[in-house]
Amino acid sequence: MLTSRHLLGIEGLSKQEITAILDLSETYVRQNRQPNKHSNALNGLTQVNMFFEASTRTQSSFEIAGKRLGADVMNMAMQASSITKGETLIDTAMTLNAMHPDLLVVRHPHSGAVALLAEKVNCAVLNAGDGQHEHPTQALLDALTIRRAKGRLHRLTIAICGDIAHSRVARSNMFLLGKMENRVRLIGPRTLMPAGVDQLGVEVTDNMVEGLKGVDVVMMLRLQKERMDGGFIPSTREYYHRWGLDAAKLANAKPDAIVMHPGPMNRGVEIDGVLADDINRSVIQEQVEMGVAVRMAVMDLLARGLRRQEKDVMV
Amino acid sequence: MNFTLTNARLINPETGTDTLGALRIENGLIAEILPAGTEGIDCNGKCLAPGIIDIGVKIGEPGERHKESFRTAGMSAAAGGVTTMVTRPDTTPAIDTPEILDFFRRRAADMVPVNVLPMAALTKGRNGAEMTEISFLQDAGAVAFTDGDRPVSNPKVLQRALTYAADLNALVMAHPQEPTLSQGACATSGPLATKMGLPGVSPMAERIQLERDLALVEMTGGRYHADQITTAHSLPALQRAKDAGLQVTAGISAHHLTLNQFDIEGYRTFFKLKPPLRSEDDRLAMVQAVSTGLIDIICSMHTPQDEESKRLPFEEAASGAVGLETLLPACLQLVHAEALTLPQLFRNLSLNPAKLLGLASGRLAISAPADLILFDPDKPFVLNRSNLLSKSKNTPYDLRRMQGSVLKAFVSGKQVWGPT
Repeated sequence: MLTSRHLLGIEGLSKQEITAILDLSETYVRQNRQPNKHSNALNGLTQVNMFFEASTRTQSSFEIAGKRLGADVMNMAMQASSITKGETLIDTAMTLNAMHPDLLVVRHPHSGAVALLAEKVNCAVLNAGDGQHEHPTQALLDALTIRRAKGRLHRLTIAICGDIAHSRVARSNMFLLGKMENRVRLIGPRTLMPAGVDQLGVEVTDNMVEGLKGVDVVMMLRLQKERMDGGFIPSTREYYHRWGLDAAKLANAKPDAIVMHPGPMNRGVEIDGVLADDINRSVIQEQVEMGVAVRMAVMDLLARGLRRQEKDVMV
Repeated sequence: MNFTLTNARLINPETGTDTLGALRIENGLIAEILPAGTEGIDCNGKCLAPGIIDIGVKIGEPGERHKESFRTAGMSAAAGGVTTMVTRPDTTPAIDTPEILDFFRRRAADMVPVNVLPMAALTKGRNGAEMTEISFLQDAGAVAFTDGDRPVSNPKVLQRALTYAADLNALVMAHPQEPTLSQGACATSGPLATKMGLPGVSPMAERIQLERDLALVEMTGGRYHADQITTAHSLPALQRAKDAGLQVTAGISAHHLTLNQFDIEGYRTFFKLKPPLRSEDDRLAMVQAVSTGLIDIICSMHTPQDEESKRLPFEEAASGAVGLETLLPACLQLVHAEALTLPQLFRNLSLNPAKLLGLASGRLAISAPADLILFDPDKPFVLNRSNLLSKSKNTPYDLRRMQGSVLKAFVSGKQVWGPT
């Protein structure tokens, strides 16, 4: 059980809740590897995926997770719908709310929009990414991947590299890894470092070679060209030269350091293609697998919350 | 009508005094300043001060009457002790021709119980390209020229407008925010904006534009007022310009003196202002600058926005807050915190704006217009936004404990607020 009805961000979660989610995820990892992947935690519940921003992998991950738990899953392509007809976010939420969904999975291009929507509906809301704010399930799946690879999720040194400024993944990961008592190092060009981030309990450097020294985990981020309004870097080739992860730069990390990427990857921009496919170092495919399990665990816990709430109302 | 207000604390910003006394009002003017105990309407020791002259009030007419009409703005002003509203031209369409200004003034005269002094646009359509007919607009009653919250980005345009305005002794009011740095920003950059994932702007954007504007003022010799100076980074430039004898003044909204950037936490759009709320260090520096007189004027920057334009994700939501009715209680917070005395406060709220615009009001002086407010500086209340008289209820002070209420307001000796 989570203390909140929604999952809006890592910031609202306690250390214990994070551990509980990861522990439950392990059972779903096992379930997902069996021929029969179905269970019934979400039986009878309706899950609606509202994506106001294009997504393939996150949306399908949520869809598979819901279906494996027995929910009725509906995908709404919000870009093509009433938003373009001028309906406000709140009106869309109210309309949908009247259809009694139980779980709303929402992605929106603006920070705080998912929280705003959560205020207006009766169901549980799951943030699948809001603007440059948070992407909690990504941080949770990253945490699960790290815990499985390293055997623990504390006292590790983790480098988050690249486009920090535009990344909600970086923010959620910073919050989560910080809460679990790890050392977080942000590496990237100063132009892609958000103002004052050094005051949020992380180390900051623009030197990839120095920054990677002794790290257990290298987390690469996608260069989000679509969110940039002007030149933050002179060219992708110069970016690759200074901040792209290749074998030479990775040699500065611990010999057993793992390489992660939330996807989709720009090969040859932020990461060397060969390295990304190196099964000895890269856990990128495992991250995708963990994504489904973590999302199942989170939805399971939110559904338990909903059922508890109903019971409380009946008593 | 002639009458005497007696046994009041006379808050005199010119002399800096706060003493018991009485005022004799004759034919709409202050006729005599008398000792306490004089016969007349007993004010029971409450404060009597020159009415507030609020520079930068947005009225929704023309174009956005659903947000604020002349009638509701007028009621709101009277209730807030604002006896003169100096209005902004950022309406739809912009007030950029003598004809639109004429419409505006006639509507105001019909509907508003307090004085309305309109400002006109500095450039046509507030587009920052061509200056308006400054002389004609002056003749039609414009007291200052501004493009509202749109900074004139082309220095050549501002240089010419300042030069032309200087010939006519016209006042130019600017919004010092470097437009490319502040584009798309909705918070002050720093750890909080980073944590919330909001696009931020450095306070330096204010200083950069102010420095540019002041250099142009030095070049042209025009009269220049910065609508809102909100960060300590801007103060040295302002001080230098004043020391050099340039005709430069600066204002700040009461919001920026009483709130800081942490108020936007939880994506509360009623705290989304232009410029965005600043750090607590900046707020304290601004309070200090107001008390030393470096910042001349406190205003409400009254910006009515309907619920629809605020009930949106933070980045999409409209900026601005209503302020006519909360200006005095918000400022009194600074008095209660002993950052300002009452006479000092009314120097910023009444006397300095009057001087800037060349008005005879704004002071407790013989033969000044009897634009007066009687208020209780201590009366506590909890603000309920639905009780505001303004048509829009977008105040950041909802449910806040405040002190101070306007008991009576007079405009040219005529009572416009409070029990008679």
